[in-house]
Amino acid sequence: MFGAGGGTSSYKEIEETNLIVLWGSNARNAHPIFFHHLLKGIDNGAKMYAVDPRRTSSAKFADTWLGLNLGSDVALANGIGREIIAAGLVNEAFVAHSSQGFDEYKESVEKYTLEYTSQLTGLPPEAIQELAHDYATAETAQILWTLGITEHHNAVDNVLALCNLALLTGHIGKWGSGLVPLRGQNNVQGGGDMGALPNKLPGFQNVNDDAARGKFEAKYGVQLNPEPGLHLTLMFEAMERGEIKAAYVLGENPADSEADILHARKLLEGLDLLVVQDIFMTRTAELADVVLPASVAWAESDGTATSSERRVQRIRAAVPPPGEARHDIDILFDLAKRMGHDWGTPDPEQLWDELRDLSPMHQGMSWERLEQTGGLQWPCPSLDHPGSPFLHGWLYEDDLGGRDPAPFSPVVAQGPKEELTDEFPLRLTTGRALDSYNTGVQSGGFNSPIRYGDALDMHPADAERLGLADGDQALVSSPRGSVEMRIRIDSSLVEGLTFTTFHFPDLVDANVLTSDAWDKKSGTAEFKAASIRVEPLVAARG
Amino acid sequence: MTNTMNSPETEVAVSISVDGQAVSVPEGSTILDACTAAGIDTPTICYGPNLTPVNACRVCVVELEGSRTLVPSCSREVEPDMVVQTDSDRVKHSRKMVLEFLGSGVDLSQADDLNAWSEHYGADPNRYGPDAETMNEPVKIEDDLYIRDYDKCVLCYKCVSACGDDAQHTFAISMTGRGFGARIATEFDGVLPDSACVYCGNCVAVCPTNALQFKTEFDLRQAANWRPEDQSVTTTICSYCGVGCNLELHTQDERIVKVTSPDDHSVTWGNLCIKGRFGWQYVHGDSDGD
Amino acid sequence: MADLHFTDATATSGEVEAVNLVLGDNVAVTTETERLVRGGTSRRKGLRHLLLPALHALQKESGWISPGGLNHVSEMLQVPPAEAYGVASFYEMFRVDEAPGHDDDVAHVCVDPSCRIDGADELIASLEAEGKHVHRSPCLGQCERPPAVFIQGRRKADSVPADEEPFTLPQAGDPSLSLLKRIGVVDPMSLDSYREHGGYDALTKALDMGADAVLDELVASGLSGRGGAAFPTGFKWRSVRDAEGNDKHIVANCDESEPGTFKDRHLMEHDPFALVESMTIAAVTTGATNGWIYIRGEYPLATGRLENAIAQARDAGLLGDDVAGSGHAFHLEVRRGAGAYICGEETALFASLEGFRGEPRNKPPYPTTNGLFDQPTAINNPETLLNVLPILLGGADAYRALGTEGSPGTRLFCLSGRVANPGLYEHGFGATLGEIIDAAGGAQGDIAAVLLGGAAGSFVTADSLDLPLTLEATREAGTTLGSGVVVVFNSDDNMVDVCERITEFFKNESCGQCVPCRVGAVRQHEMIVTLGTKPMAQEQRDLHEDMVQVMADASICGLGHTAASAIKSALALGIIGADSQ
Repeated sequence: MFGAGGGTSSYKEIEETNLIVLWGSNARNAHPIFFHHLLKGIDNGAKMYAVDPRRTSSAKFADTWLGLNLGSDVALANGIGREIIAAGLVNEAFVAHSSQGFDEYKESVEKYTLEYTSQLTGLPPEAIQELAHDYATAETAQILWTLGITEHHNAVDNVLALCNLALLTGHIGKWGSGLVPLRGQNNVQGGGDMGALPNKLPGFQNVNDDAARGKFEAKYGVQLNPEPGLHLTLMFEAMERGEIKAAYVLGENPADSEADILHARKLLEGLDLLVVQDIFMTRTAELADVVLPASVAWAESDGTATSSERRVQRIRAAVPPPGEARHDIDILFDLAKRMGHDWGTPDPEQLWDELRDLSPMHQGMSWERLEQTGGLQWPCPSLDHPGSPFLHGWLYEDDLGGRDPAPFSPVVAQGPKEELTDEFPLRLTTGRALDSYNTGVQSGGFNSPIRYGDALDMHPADAERLGLADGDQALVSSPRGSVEMRIRIDSSLVEGLTFTTFHFPDLVDANVLTSDAWDKKSGTAEFKAASIRVEPLVAARG
Repeated sequence: MTNTMNSPETEVAVSISVDGQAVSVPEGSTILDACTAAGIDTPTICYGPNLTPVNACRVCVVELEGSRTLVPSCSREVEPDMVVQTDSDRVKHSRKMVLEFLGSGVDLSQADDLNAWSEHYGADPNRYGPDAETMNEPVKIEDDLYIRDYDKCVLCYKCVSACGDDAQHTFAISMTGRGFGARIATEFDGVLPDSACVYCGNCVAVCPTNALQFKTEFDLRQAANWRPEDQSVTTTICSYCGVGCNLELHTQDERIVKVTSPDDHSVTWGNLCIKGRFGWQYVHGDSDGD
Repeated sequence: MADLHFTDATATSGEVEAVNLVLGDNVAVTTETERLVRGGTSRRKGLRHLLLPALHALQKESGWISPGGLNHVSEMLQVPPAEAYGVASFYEMFRVDEAPGHDDDVAHVCVDPSCRIDGADELIASLEAEGKHVHRSPCLGQCERPPAVFIQGRRKADSVPADEEPFTLPQAGDPSLSLLKRIGVVDPMSLDSYREHGGYDALTKALDMGADAVLDELVASGLSGRGGAAFPTGFKWRSVRDAEGNDKHIVANCDESEPGTFKDRHLMEHDPFALVESMTIAAVTTGATNGWIYIRGEYPLATGRLENAIAQARDAGLLGDDVAGSGHAFHLEVRRGAGAYICGEETALFASLEGFRGEPRNKPPYPTTNGLFDQPTAINNPETLLNVLPILLGGADAYRALGTEGSPGTRLFCLSGRVANPGLYEHGFGATLGEIIDAAGGAQGDIAAVLLGGAAGSFVTADSLDLPLTLEATREAGTTLGSGVVVVFNSDDNMVDVCERITEFFKNESCGQCVPCRVGAVRQHEMIVTLGTKPMAQEQRDLHEDMVQVMADASICGLGHTAASAIKSALALGIIGADSQ
């Protein structure tokens, strides 16, 4: 957001905010300890809205749950923006001082009247109005989201639509307010920090920024490609076109986790060379030509991880890697050696200091300080800098810290790419269970008493119409394929919406169903919205 | 426009006397904080640094000038010029009796801290004879993650608080019944897997007597192979979602034997979820066996 | 509002109906459309106080708190089922172990001292022989008419058979009566009758005087609380008036449960408007707008009469948004307890009323700033409140003319046990124990012991008949007036049995929260049961002393502080454990 690749706020802030808008996030399941901070906020008197097609366990804590149509997030955000403007609740001083492009934004949302937004979202107009007014008039307010916003074909638009609301009201750049994407994986933020993005160098410096790139070129004595690389979805497209012939996969299991999985597997199988470096013999590893057994980063090696509040913290080895497994950096160093570059003996602290040299936002985070403080939040540009609890304070500075005002980004509402048809009349969305994680390779290691496996949750009326009862087996089909699933009746779902987790690919290949429509701006696939058909499997009725 | 940074409240100091020693602590501190600041070690059972004091166990009582009864140091806030005695005969008597009462009805065999304090104060649970009523509860083993041994339960409420308002807000357990028949239980004393329990293990983490115990520890103890002296603790970051919870990996013989979290870290305050607490087996290549 | 988990058990239609009747529109989550659900924490917390009434409805419908019924209540109020169960299992009147297996009423028969020595066992035996369902109950507050019975009705109102009997006050017609002067004289169901006897004159006067003058008068009168702790009422009310906050509460502590006590029951049953009026005076004086009468569940007659009194006062504009045209708002509600002695402790009472287990809270903070719902609260018992009326009408000086310098005014005494005319008596502070017993027709037989102040009080012997019953004299003598209990035992009474029962009472009634009381009460019981009629060895005496001291020093509340005091006195006086018995 506004040029920084991380959430704006500290966890502590949600304990002290006045209004919580949890949008497309089931943090109670997916980020349980963050949710503790949110609960403190509620206990301290914050009002909470949950915006989600499902009344999730998180939504059950909300004062108001808004069950919008799947994929109508931009419409709702634009409708809220329009209502804030129409009701005269815009933070005029903030908009004038700190933003640009308000007039275009205003024009772009003009058509999203309460009535029109209500049509697009399925929500009562007065509920939309209430949220708009509460958000605009709260002293402090946070909007938080997870994959319900970003696993859509228009993911970036979704995020921008929410950013516009923060600009409209000034709910950014001050303690207690902010825009908070909750990171789904323990170091996905750290991956971004380190430049594991197609268009970024470490520290979120742009690849096409000559000065930034120049630092790296000077340091390593090589020319770097100024063109952004490919993100995951584009890589698969490039494989399909035969432009990518080899892949080196580290700690990722795309053969289970990609949307439209059958297609993805075929592409992986078709590569000339597939190298997989992982701690598990994943399905992807099974397809590989070379498997490099790695160590468990968080328990068997030393380094850092960056959290959703941009806090860089130390990870430490507690046990040695088993058998022939080796540390990731050992493998990489050896690989470099085989390619003719001797980097010496890997030392995590030295590597970290190398990063600090090149990434200004990490400059002040010495290994020693990380040890002493229990973690520092970037940006932390110097050794005497305390780290940054929240971002974008410059928006409230008289000279904007020498920056340009933050731009509004008008966006247009579009529903899910895959429309419902007579053949595929039900909506399918996906999410996480509390006790399981992604494709289950890690969380499958323990016997959870609350694990129920992947099932297709559906509204009682849909089940009744299809002649299905709780526990029945059914054939679930999307335009891409079919899987057998167990049916679970969930009366908290809206009619027409179905839901499944995706943690047990060995049992249920749920991503056979998911849509491969993806966002041109971020490369994220639309896991959150597919169209499906459900047919009872007669034999299962016994 | 001003940059609305969070600025900590200006701290006001309060001075009190503890055992004749002047101690100054920030306003809002408890007498226990003041004792700690004065370097005085105080026995506690129901107190937890990450929990709201319930002051139920009464082992931390101190004598406060002007107060008819002793006061619980864990919850009583300091007021200017308080005069506190932590080592008077009355204080020693009450602490001894609380420990003695507990010892007479509860299995404290794995409550090392309490046993050390009992010795310190000369508590003698045998004074109540062999027929004294005890908790008399069987061990509940209902799943592979943790066990409940209410024979060891001192009813300190810490698990209830951790499951409830103080952290998890799941409320799977409550104090039930009354008097000596009071027990920690789910509704109608049902088994845990049928309850609201989400297996975060935050109750286990705060239990002072091992009444709640990770199954890994329980099994090793059963096999007479629980060796705290051979264990080490490494702090690292959880491998699951992106919240960045600090994990303390307790290892013995190069294997993780249990996982806790530092109770003074701003991310977790000692709390974890089921994945962070129990989701480590894969490190050792263990599968769930089915 | 929370992601609660429910078992599969479902409520019967009768349970749903009974609970919904109590809750009305007060539900924690509402589904406005398929896509709009409202709930939330503040709403859930605001409804929690309806848990106890809802549990009462379940108990009445099904004879127990069934898993399905509990689920329904929990869902409506969004109270976690484990917590709701924790609350239900706290109370004597709620059954949680299993379905009763019948549709009958249950007869609660008191087994505490006054009834125990006067036919409780025989009554239980005869009721059981008739096939009645009997529950052995702690004191039912009917000690003047032993053995006491309370009928817990199934799908019908609770009742007390003795309430059918004609009532006469032993001191009826005595012109010196102050607090009891209307008892048996006014029609307790009629506001008009109350007004004809001077009712609401005190409120009128209080409004004329203004709050500051009322507080001055109360302080000048020296009125102190009659529940046992004797805290000065004027100071308490002034603290509430001075406390910050817009929502303040007046609570009448009508959870009269101290064994031997029945005075407040008389006041509520026979002079209910006086309680309503005095609470209203408390409200306009302190600025409180909410009033609660927390009455023990075993007082159905008093409950009905108070509800009637409130309704009539409301209709007459003496309660509600504008009390007697004064501009003060005061809303008054009756809440029933469910059988728990500890709920007479003020902070436990708050917890109970709020829908939590009746566990006391540590003080400070005190109720005057952090009381009911953590808001400023004046809590008094009915006897204390009723004293306000004569003080305002007659003035502090006239009030002080009664009683002694240290104990101004009059005091109610609950006479039971071996006296000729058991019942409720009013005497100026300073009358001696002997005079009070004589006023009740004298002792029957030789006085072996007198229990003063209730189970939480202490025994005295005939040697103390000259003791003036004032706060200061009893304190000096190492005993207490407590709640005005005077139970007389004669030499035929089995004092070992009485003492055993007192220890059993505290064992059962300890809330279980703090270690000194929870364990101490059990160990004391074991000790006295083991002792029986034997002499007590010095080692055991020392051990009991150790227990007395830790319970008094380190317990959270008054229950623990006093749970060993009666036995301590019995041992000291040789009533039990003496060398030659």
